[in-house]
Amino acid sequence: MTGGGQRVLSRLRRSSLALVAGLLAKAITLFARLATAPRAIWAGVEPRAGQRIYYANHTSNGDFVLIWTVLPPVLRAKTRPVAALDYWLRSPMRAFVGRDVFNAVLIDRRPDHRAEDPVTQMAEALDGGASLILFPEGQRNSSEAPLLPFKSGLYHLARQRPGVDLVPVWISNLNHVMPKGEIIPVPLICTLTFGAPLRLADDEPKDAFLARTAVALLALRTGGAA
Amino acid sequence: MTPHLAYLLFGVAVFLLAATAIGQILRARVAPDGSNPAIENLNARIAAWWAMVILLAIAFLAGRPGVVLLFAILSFAALREFLSLTRKSAADHWALAAAFFVVLPVQYLLVGIDWYGFYAIFIPVYAFLLLPVLSALRGGPADFLDRVAETQWALMISVYCVSHVPALLSLQIAGFEGQNVLLIAWLIFTVQLSDVMQYVWGKLFGRRPLAPSLSPSKTWEGFLGGLATATAAGAAFWWLTPFAPGQAALMALVVTVMGSFGGLVMSAIKRDKGVKDWGHLIAGHGGFLDRLDSVVFAAPIFFHLTRYFWSQT
Repeated sequence: MTGGGQRVLSRLRRSSLALVAGLLAKAITLFARLATAPRAIWAGVEPRAGQRIYYANHTSNGDFVLIWTVLPPVLRAKTRPVAALDYWLRSPMRAFVGRDVFNAVLIDRRPDHRAEDPVTQMAEALDGGASLILFPEGQRNSSEAPLLPFKSGLYHLARQRPGVDLVPVWISNLNHVMPKGEIIPVPLICTLTFGAPLRLADDEPKDAFLARTAVALLALRTGGAA
Repeated sequence: MTPHLAYLLFGVAVFLLAATAIGQILRARVAPDGSNPAIENLNARIAAWWAMVILLAIAFLAGRPGVVLLFAILSFAALREFLSLTRKSAADHWALAAAFFVVLPVQYLLVGIDWYGFYAIFIPVYAFLLLPVLSALRGGPADFLDRVAETQWALMISVYCVSHVPALLSLQIAGFEGQNVLLIAWLIFTVQLSDVMQYVWGKLFGRRPLAPSLSPSKTWEGFLGGLATATAAGAAFWWLTPFAPGQAALMALVVTVMGSFGGLVMSAIKRDKGVKDWGHLIAGHGGFLDRLDSVVFAAPIFFHLTRYFWSQT
């Protein structure tokens, strides 16, 4: 086959993959809407254009899908979830969904395995113009406590890119829709409460900043319906 | 469609047209830029009424399967709203999934195939006994009775009671064959008119609160005015039903009183759970349960009274 033919073929392949990814994205948001009738409550911030880091509590694998679903399409196109590489690259199907559908920033949670520093990866994604969805607890919370202690990633990212707004997002009820280890979702209504944006103050110590961001997130718990 | 149903739908359409005109004139006169929240809410409510009436009309045209399917979907939306607010733990996951994906479809299937002896007891006997078993098998005794009771009430209200609306289609009434859909139309019309008129009377003349700790907007004046208006209207539409005029008035009084009680009980639950509305999907009205609450309490009583006094089976 000639080089030109191969180029056409590979372009065809790429554009059909992009088409499938786009359709899959629509199907996933439609499913999320049917399964959980998500309701966004914008309390202290508006769904406007502009770069943001959405940080949320993490109880289920559906968390970022929900945030993604309730964002207006214009914002959704520019918003990338930060997700665990070891989870999303486990099978080719997952890798396709993670990379091509969600355009996730895949970070390696295992320090001894990773080739790239996660904070650098996130900062690069911000430099590329994207907004981010981040779960500072670093893992799904299946404990009785409403929130696990934050990992330091949020602080390091805020220090490297201090000009980006941090928007807390409290997701409620999703842990009842699909508790860890369950397969069938129970179609309850989820609410997502978006709070007022925060930024790292000059000379703010790490622990104080992480405590402040956690308190701001927890304060949104009562904003949504149960 | 029977001519009677066509008259009723035509009448409701004229009523809604008038309401739409009034809403639009108010908007143009008072706040054309949409800055008056009361007028915007009124117009959103009227728009939602159009959608509800059109949906009901389509279901009536589609006949029994259409009506059963419509109320199954309404039950699903209501159950989701109710169970989103109840107490639950991870141990209840199977019980909750079964409520949505087994109990609800089976109840409507039984109504659809007209198996009265089973759908009348399926939820109070089988679901109420077996769902707690699922929760118990998964462990977790904390708040067990609260969790189980709240799930059962969710099913009772959102599925069992609502399913008695399409169940009206199965009654065998002499001289009324093929017209049972009119019973549904009359019930919903009377009960919803009572809701609307209680709101109107309350706004105009409301002074003495009915239950201040539950719902500050409900007043004795609104309650009595709404009951009187809806009872008179229900009696005036006796020709839609198998009832004589006096009987229709009595029935209308029963269903509107039950409907008002339903609104009161559901307000108490909302208060307890700290929410104003059950949901957010119907613009201007709140959730599905906010619109269905009065029908929920009226439907089973209306069904059984009609069945006992008029049905041949």
